[in-house]
Amino acid sequence: MAITREEVLKIADLAKLRFSEEELDTFVVQFQHILDYIEQLKQVDVENVPPTSHVSLTPDFEKHMFREDEVQPSLPVEESLADAPDHGSGHFRVPKVI
Amino acid sequence: MNLRDAHQIRDAVNSGEITAKEVAAMALRRIEEANRKLGAFITCDSEKVLERSGEIDRKVKNGRLPLAGVPVAVKDNICTRNLRTTCGSRILENYVPPYNATVIERLEEAGAVIIGKANCDEFAMGSSTENSAFHPTRNPYDLDRVSGGSSGGSAVAVAAEMAPLALGSETGGSVRQPASFCNVVGLKPSYGRVSRYGLVAFASSLDCISPIARNPRDVALLLTYIAGRDRRDSTSVPLPVPDYFAEMSKPVRGMRLGIPREFFGEGLDPEVKSIIETGIRNTESLGCELVEISLPHTKYAIADYYIIAPAEASSNLARYDGVKYGFRVPDPADLQDMYRRTRSMGFGAEVKRRIMIGTYALSSGYYEAYYGRAMRVRTLIKQDYDRAFEKVDALLSPVSPTPAFRLGEKMSDPLAMYLSDIYTVTANLAGIPSLSVPCGFTKGGLPVGLQMLANQFEEGTLLRLADAYARACPVDAPPLKI
Repeated sequence: MAITREEVLKIADLAKLRFSEEELDTFVVQFQHILDYIEQLKQVDVENVPPTSHVSLTPDFEKHMFREDEVQPSLPVEESLADAPDHGSGHFRVPKVI
Repeated sequence: MNLRDAHQIRDAVNSGEITAKEVAAMALRRIEEANRKLGAFITCDSEKVLERSGEIDRKVKNGRLPLAGVPVAVKDNICTRNLRTTCGSRILENYVPPYNATVIERLEEAGAVIIGKANCDEFAMGSSTENSAFHPTRNPYDLDRVSGGSSGGSAVAVAAEMAPLALGSETGGSVRQPASFCNVVGLKPSYGRVSRYGLVAFASSLDCISPIARNPRDVALLLTYIAGRDRRDSTSVPLPVPDYFAEMSKPVRGMRLGIPREFFGEGLDPEVKSIIETGIRNTESLGCELVEISLPHTKYAIADYYIIAPAEASSNLARYDGVKYGFRVPDPADLQDMYRRTRSMGFGAEVKRRIMIGTYALSSGYYEAYYGRAMRVRTLIKQDYDRAFEKVDALLSPVSPTPAFRLGEKMSDPLAMYLSDIYTVTANLAGIPSLSVPCGFTKGGLPVGLQMLANQFEEGTLLRLADAYARACPVDAPPLKI
């Protein structure tokens, strides 16, 4: 399937990424190569094949996957905020939204 | 005393023959001497290391510790409390985690000393460690060649005797391939064997923290102390951790080993092929029986992987938005502008490429055609292995189609770089354990590793085979270039 420059720009928008015009030229070509390569999966007959999203489920997994929703100790607010580029009054600060 | 053998260091520290502080000082000296040329570490806080090893020296007075004073290099995508964790990315250049990964907690409890944070491809995306935002990691057997990746720094730290043990991580071969390129042992455990809590997420259905050492016994030692259920990672399996040393004491005679014919086809370097074939014959002289096996869906593995991994990555990496941690672009016009410019400046080319592929594969109208189909093909790849392990105990193959390539050689062609993972990605897709053990050197002096694969949770079988192999067929390595 051929991918257009416009489609690449649309995906970049969804991914919250921006490319310069030059970057975009190289990128469209590389993207096309990769898509051409992954297209070969269309040759595989997957009718009646179930999907695998988790390879290590033990038969009694539900017993271990779910637990009571109990309050556990968590990081203090100051430590959680310590890596933030901007914060104040116990919150992350971002540019004005409204 | 040298920095080659973790068991030896542990015993010497426990018996008081040497102090943990002396061991740490030795490792720091070697890092100081070799890291400038090799680029194996991104962060090394010598003050903290000495302080920590001093603590170990006080503790061992009250009793033996299973990893007493053993230096461990940790890939820089594993969170270490109060020690910078960059993931090889500008976007996390100044990130200092407020918590430890479960594996770090467990290693520290066992008496290990985290010696430094090892270089890697940005967010573990790459096969050469050239995608690190800071510097590449060079191969200690040829400084013009790559270390492999993405856990190149971890493999080189062990290969160049900066630390006897290292932690890397695997999503598609990121520990076995650099282990093969650098003449060390790297084991990717079964998915779920080791907790992923604190491992910065790349592709959550594939990621595995993976041990590296110079010999299989040290790999077993490290695995013993990081494996096991963790309530903070619901995908970690509730199975007991076996005694790997008891497993290794069993004989290998009579083991049935499969040779998957699809791993010896077009693209395999003739010299690598001949080294691997010699390695395979060596297992026969250990009394193992060889059986030819077919894994027919192998040819679809790279395509399958390069849908699943980027799709999961595009979702996982949505968290880097300049709000909670990491880099934020100065003076954003508004919130959207902040997101877009922060991510565009903070991520490198390969990470952006994979986010784009993944976003495309998951976008409206394409989900079933790409991700949905890829998960079904994944089932077929896993079923190939299920059938193989009905007939054999383990499989043998090359790790990588070529030895370490030159720096820059594959940087302009992403697909060529992806294809170098052809023999490793299937183990990740199927969730089975697999390791690379040193097998030989090319005429040009480059290491080649032999890959061994076993059924899910059969790490013991793999380590038993690798240990017998490494003892019977030691590799005569040329001197390091540094």
